[in-house]
Amino acid sequence: MSRDKKEEGNRSDDLDRTIENSRRDFLRKVTLAGAVTVTGAAAIYSGHRFEKAKHREGYVKVLTEDNRLVEIPVEQMRDFKPDLKMLQSQGREGIAGRRWVMVIDLSKCRNARKCVEACQAAHHLRPYEYHINTLVMQESVNTPAYFMPKPCQHCDNPPCVSVCPVDATFKRQDGIVLIDNERCIGCRFCMAACPYSARMFHWQEPSQSETDKGSEYNVELNVPQKKGTISKCLFSADRLREGMLPYCVSACPNGVFYFGDENEDAVTNGTTKQTVRFSELIEKNGGYRLMPELGTQPRVYYLPPKNRIFDFEQGEKREYKEEKS
Amino acid sequence: MDEFRFNTPREKGKIDSLAADILKNVRINASFLLWMGFLFTLLAACLFAYTIQLRKGLGVTGLRDFTSWGMYIANFVFFVATSLCGMLISSVLGLIGYRWVKPISRIAEIIAIAFAAVAGLVIISDMGRPDRLPYVFMFGRVQSPILWDVTVVTTYFVLSMLLWFFPMVPDLAIAKDRLEGRPKFLVKAYEILSVRWMHHEKQYHLLGQAVRILLILIIPTAFAIHTVTSWLFAVTPRTGWDSTIFGPYFISGAFVSGTAAVIIAMYFFRVNYRLEKYLNTETFEKMGRVMVLVAIVYFYFNLNEFLVPGYKLKTGDAIHLRELFTGHYAALFWGIQLFGLIIPAILLLFKQIRRPLPMMVISLFVLVGSWFKRFIIVVPPQGHPNLPIQNVPVEWVVYKPTLIETAVTVASIVLVLIIITILSKLFPVIPIWEMAEEENGKDKISE
Repeated sequence: MSRDKKEEGNRSDDLDRTIENSRRDFLRKVTLAGAVTVTGAAAIYSGHRFEKAKHREGYVKVLTEDNRLVEIPVEQMRDFKPDLKMLQSQGREGIAGRRWVMVIDLSKCRNARKCVEACQAAHHLRPYEYHINTLVMQESVNTPAYFMPKPCQHCDNPPCVSVCPVDATFKRQDGIVLIDNERCIGCRFCMAACPYSARMFHWQEPSQSETDKGSEYNVELNVPQKKGTISKCLFSADRLREGMLPYCVSACPNGVFYFGDENEDAVTNGTTKQTVRFSELIEKNGGYRLMPELGTQPRVYYLPPKNRIFDFEQGEKREYKEEKS
Repeated sequence: MDEFRFNTPREKGKIDSLAADILKNVRINASFLLWMGFLFTLLAACLFAYTIQLRKGLGVTGLRDFTSWGMYIANFVFFVATSLCGMLISSVLGLIGYRWVKPISRIAEIIAIAFAAVAGLVIISDMGRPDRLPYVFMFGRVQSPILWDVTVVTTYFVLSMLLWFFPMVPDLAIAKDRLEGRPKFLVKAYEILSVRWMHHEKQYHLLGQAVRILLILIIPTAFAIHTVTSWLFAVTPRTGWDSTIFGPYFISGAFVSGTAAVIIAMYFFRVNYRLEKYLNTETFEKMGRVMVLVAIVYFYFNLNEFLVPGYKLKTGDAIHLRELFTGHYAALFWGIQLFGLIIPAILLLFKQIRRPLPMMVISLFVLVGSWFKRFIIVVPPQGHPNLPIQNVPVEWVVYKPTLIETAVTVASIVLVLIIITILSKLFPVIPIWEMAEEENGKDKISE
């Protein structure tokens, strides 16, 4: 009994305390809300004043490339459209701090040729004009056949760049070898020098030269293509500038391609979007480069076609017919 | 030194008779006009083919991504090669002191000029964007062998022009008063070009020095033009071109085609210009010996070029050599080696063969063989690149020259003939004053 009373007494004490607490709480909240309101209003007011002071009639503030805030008259504003000069200078310079690298896993390729098609669509090429081609390879009679996607190897010691008489093809700081078809004279010395047959020439009017007419030439996309000049794989330099993977890499349905930055030691698979360590990928899978004996130092690495996930099927033979102009 | 040469009546008489012989061909007659008319008509027809190429692009040729250098480049190499005869005849043989080259040195120079000049044009016909030719000078990179080639071919052309012109100045002075009945412009041209030559000893002294300097300068230049031309191929890592002996291999081959061209021209001038007295059987005999020598040297380089890789048969070399020895190019390869080099060299060992007509026929074989040899050097190594040719139209796999590029190539040959015709028809082909000196038994220039 006494225990019950005691409990009762305790409970009424608790109740008193709770009421007191909630009153205190209420007062605190009101004060807080008041403070917030006042501060908010003050902030809004001062913001408003600042905005009013900041905004000059007829002017707009613009952040320049070298991080300066400047004002320009509204009527002088133009939509930004990169001109040839700018495209050329950024295209020749490359992306600072990067060393692009590609890894091609031959055990996963089954000749879907999606890489080829995506590349040709992006670069306005015909079905038999290649920046990247998938080849059927067989080293000798007793070694297995396999498919090998072959883009430009973007050599660090590129024979094509050495022989170019007019600096039309050049090596950028991020490792990409590009061709400037505003400069190319069409001597084809680079084709003769390339041991990987990576280059193509526009023997006739490019397929989309009619529709491309008037558009600004982007050396990082090599579009519009030009008759009488060389074209080649660009590691999709235009996509890299926008932080995207190259066309072929993202188009592959089978996870063949990895692409990334050697400086970061990271490459991303274009299909699974999984990022792995470049050095580890090469080391664990016995990565290699094509024709190392030539000393060209390619930036494209291959993983050998072992434990292939698809059986080698030649498939039906594709026929290519040359378009006559 | 205050004396004039060719002043005595005896010497004057000699000059008179020589000039009469040699200058009788310097005229514009019906056959010359007919021949030039024919050449220019052919040139116009062939240049029409070039306009098609300009309009439609290089796709009108048989060239494609894999064999991207073909007939044009082979023709270019052949032209540069043949132009080397100027250096060989007048310079190497002349400086050694062989007097029998005197009457043929100008012929050799004319051939050198014509082939060197047109070689530059041939290269332009191979360009995808000939309108961008100035870029070579505006943006030229010294690392590229093309720049070296442009530089040395131009230098060689200029030196050859000077080597043709300088020793001709006394002849022009001799000839300018003996051109009755020739067109006025020609007489005027002789007057201007003879730069008031007075046959003064001092003038001859200076001329001798100038020519001597040119003769020495042109040797390294000629070696450079063809070595650099060979490097256009040898600097690439391509099987069949990737050779360390390409420089001397090309030079020795150039001596063969150049000698053949000179012999053919000699025969033509001997018969058509009735110059049997100057282009005599003895000169032919000597040229026959030269041909044997250069052919043996070239054969030696061929042996090295094909036998050594053929012994090892590295993968790429094996494919390349099989194509040449037994494959697609076998008939051409063996035809060139046998009929363009080995059999001519053997035949010319016999004195009975070293006579004008048989030598001319043999030289024709050698010259045609030389042209196709350049084709064999340029084209087959591109047909089997390191990586297989796949997923392309069938016509991309094996190179077949088209009618249009053949026509453009014919145009270049026609242009060579036009230049040779003009230089040999409007100016004396045999050096008059040097022949007079020769008969006098003194020879100032090679002293």
